[in-house]
Amino acid sequence: MAFAHRIGATRHVFDDLRVLLARATPFRSGDALAGVAAESAEQRIAAQRALADLPLRHFLSEAVIPYETDAVTRLIIDRHDASAFAPVAHLTVGGFRDWLLSEAATPASLAALAPGLTPEMAAAVSKIMRLSDLVAVAAKCRVVTRFRNTIGLQGRLSIRLQPNDPTDDPRGIAAQIVDGLMLGAGDAVIGINPATDSVEATIRLLELIDGVRERCAIPTQSCVLAHVTTSLLAIERGAPLDLVFQSIGGTEAVNTSFGVTLPLLAEAREAALSLKRGTVGNDVMYFETGQGSALSADAHHGCDQQTIEARAYAVAREYKPFLVNTVVGFIGPEYLYDGKQITRAGLEDHFCGKLLGLPMGVDVCYTNHAEADQDDMDALLTLLGVAGVTYVMGVAGADDVMLAYQSTSFHDGLSVRAALGKRPAPEFEAWMERMGIGEGTRDLPEALAPALLGAA
Amino acid sequence: MSTPTAPAPGVTEPTAPAHGATEPSAPAPGWAALRRMTPARVALGRAGNALPTGAHLDFQEAHARARDAVWSVLDAEALAAALGTLGLPVLRAASRAANRRDYLLRPDLGRRLAEQDHAALAAQRRDDLPLVFVVADGLSATGVQAAAPAVIAAAVPRLRQAGVPVGPVVIATQARVALGDAIGAALGAGMVAVLIGERPGLSAPASLGVYLTLDPRPGRTDAERNCISNVREGGLSAEAAVETLVWLVREAGRIGATGVALKDMRPAGPALPPPA
Repeated sequence: MAFAHRIGATRHVFDDLRVLLARATPFRSGDALAGVAAESAEQRIAAQRALADLPLRHFLSEAVIPYETDAVTRLIIDRHDASAFAPVAHLTVGGFRDWLLSEAATPASLAALAPGLTPEMAAAVSKIMRLSDLVAVAAKCRVVTRFRNTIGLQGRLSIRLQPNDPTDDPRGIAAQIVDGLMLGAGDAVIGINPATDSVEATIRLLELIDGVRERCAIPTQSCVLAHVTTSLLAIERGAPLDLVFQSIGGTEAVNTSFGVTLPLLAEAREAALSLKRGTVGNDVMYFETGQGSALSADAHHGCDQQTIEARAYAVAREYKPFLVNTVVGFIGPEYLYDGKQITRAGLEDHFCGKLLGLPMGVDVCYTNHAEADQDDMDALLTLLGVAGVTYVMGVAGADDVMLAYQSTSFHDGLSVRAALGKRPAPEFEAWMERMGIGEGTRDLPEALAPALLGAA
Repeated sequence: MSTPTAPAPGVTEPTAPAHGATEPSAPAPGWAALRRMTPARVALGRAGNALPTGAHLDFQEAHARARDAVWSVLDAEALAAALGTLGLPVLRAASRAANRRDYLLRPDLGRRLAEQDHAALAAQRRDDLPLVFVVADGLSATGVQAAAPAVIAAAVPRLRQAGVPVGPVVIATQARVALGDAIGAALGAGMVAVLIGERPGLSAPASLGVYLTLDPRPGRTDAERNCISNVREGGLSAEAAVETLVWLVREAGRIGATGVALKDMRPAGPALPPPA
């Protein structure tokens, strides 16, 4: 179905929903690279106005990627909850924005609405929202998940401790774990990106984190961010695996490029659930996403990168994840060129994820060939903190020496918590108190001494 | 200058004096041990919740160097002069990316040869060119400028000994790895070795990668190349890189393939030293 909007003498026509969404997207380099961006500022606002007039109900009858050819589209349509959708079924996209910002949208009504929304609805409304809108609405969404602690409670901000090492050296990893714990990081997860994706390396790293966790009785969970098939093999071999990780995307083709299918994700979740390692809950999946991954795999079907990103959240929510995060600035300047584009994308992703009911975190990050720096990251982190981000990354000194990019540091986590009055997950906070870890801590607690970690 | 509001778990920079920082306190037991265990930025201390000034400026310095490396311009004249001493003809080529911004935004243009350069290279085409070197700026001209001549100087005699004559060296600007495919095809080369500046990291702003591709032509994928990365001071030495390259060239000739089909099965390949 074609859409049109007149501005002055020009009637701007958009051939279908996919094109309308793409042209309505605030500018970013990846959409220009894909050749789907608006050709002018006027064409963009025309698309935004046409989109604002579109009934939300239309999204249930026109798919951006055909139902017959894409498993993610089928998941979105088949899982749509019409009764949850009912309260907003009469609204246009523009009316939906107004409703989201109004007092009618409460934490309870937003939570009830989530299963009634499709990713494309969330993406559409985000395209006509400013940053302050994205912050305000996300801040009203509550998503709480549980494993060995409780993530996402109001007034809390959790940190993934990311102790990556270029050679998976256990000493280097242990040193970063100690450093991070002493700076209040690690309540979301202690999660390592392995340098080598092998079953042996994965098991060794899982045992390393589990050893530290057990020895110090830390109420947190561990993860080695290996491929889902590697995690399945590790489970078979009896590894102490808490969370199953996988990178996912918003089309069947991009998931194929990642080597995953929806049944494979279901199988992995079942395997992790069978271990029953959670104590306060059993949310066992950890997903990462990021705008641009579909285009880089030539799997974007002519869609804009933000719409595809939102579709990845439909995949994520099917498997009731403990954590989801968008690795927003990792992909490089051909997708998100500078601090401005990274900032908007981070807030869009967080908003869409939360609106769809996900425990959404953001890897606030950049590479050295992007036009971004620490100031940009400070601004985005603060905005996300105000928006109630579930968790962010904690990397020693913001410098990931394995992945060669910059993320948020342990110190950044402390700073944003202090600035916004946020606290760690309650179980983890109590543990820190027991260990005597706090602002005034100078000495390493005995239990965390490198020698006792078997690493010095 | 910031004053720590809480006793810092304090290790200050062990090497450079802390710029503008308060008098460094002696490292508390344990923290110094952490520092020795990892190249990561651990045990930095605290100024309130932030980094102490010294550690903060160390980071800014590393980022500044990495940024300059990305935007550095290859000094092709100096490079040509350095390569000229090796007795190989030196040619020039550019991609279709008009400038650095274009290069960063349009990876596709960085993989395609400028029209006029295609004609110029094709005029030099020969049927007996087993191997051509391409020296490409990539994401760090600094890295290429520093390391490429030494790698080629060491490689050429070793390759000749191995019966692999080396053709002209092509200096390529605003170039991605795959530009080597277009260059190699235009020259009629049997193999192309692209020496290219790698994406700068905070600890390695000037690092070189070497990509070897058999039967280069546009459309080759990364799975059809072999890569030797992290060639730099404090990383893989030029000698070790050349040793691997010569081995790969010979094996590629023997099995008729590069990429995933060509695995480095040498019992003890040159190991990466621990990162600086």
